[in-house]
Amino acid sequence: MSLLLAIYAGAFALVSAALAVTRPNAVHALLYLVVMLLALAVAFFALGAAFAAVLLILIYAGAIVVLFVFVVMTLPISPESITRERASLRGAWPLPLLLSVLILAPFLFGEFGIAGNSAAAPVSAQQVGRLLFGPWALAIELASLLLLAGLIGVRHIGRSDRTPRSRP
Amino acid sequence: MTGSDLIGMMILAAGLFAIGLFGVLARRGILFQLVALEVALSGPALAFVAAGAYHADPQGQGMFILVLTLAAAEVAVGLALFLRIRRTSGTDDSDIISGMKG
Repeated sequence: MSLLLAIYAGAFALVSAALAVTRPNAVHALLYLVVMLLALAVAFFALGAAFAAVLLILIYAGAIVVLFVFVVMTLPISPESITRERASLRGAWPLPLLLSVLILAPFLFGEFGIAGNSAAAPVSAQQVGRLLFGPWALAIELASLLLLAGLIGVRHIGRSDRTPRSRP
Repeated sequence: MTGSDLIGMMILAAGLFAIGLFGVLARRGILFQLVALEVALSGPALAFVAAGAYHADPQGQGMFILVLTLAAAEVAVGLALFLRIRRTSGTDDSDIISGMKG
């Protein structure tokens, strides 16, 4: 029964992914991306991968999407976009409402005990940690090198070159 | 969880990847292409976690953490490039800036 929940959440993620890549408005696309990530987290929970689901919500929906929103906020907002938002708020609310109700449905399943036990054997966070800091220690080192390279790259790309640095 | 369930989850993962790939190819705005790239990366993440759940093995979630690290680094560099391109050329159309000039 819990596997049904996983398939439901996966199909839901598929629909919201299709919406996320087709919306013309950047903020709408980001909101559908968040919906897709939450649905994917529900699927991970149903598959018995609670640690991955928590990481998905914390890092993907929490950190990466906030980075996107931060960049969108730096773009200039024209007055016509605000009037377009006002007009779309009148006509375009049924689809987001439907999505919110559909993502609420699995929690209602759990509340009324329809979901039952997990179909897959759960893998605990302790097992994942033992794997990562035991046999996969080299992979963690490589991931940290990747993040360091990303940090240095962003620092180099984002450097302002309007005022040349005065060399001593 | 039986083998046919694993096949179902793999089909879902392939669908997510296909939708993301379509977005990367069809969209012109760099910001939207980055969003589509995130969608495409979540497909392999689902495939890894589903395979790990099928075998009751923590290695699937380990690979998911590596995918997460890759996505974080890629988005940081991509968004920095997006802001840089907007500042220097004033556009976010990836067709216009496709020719590199040194």
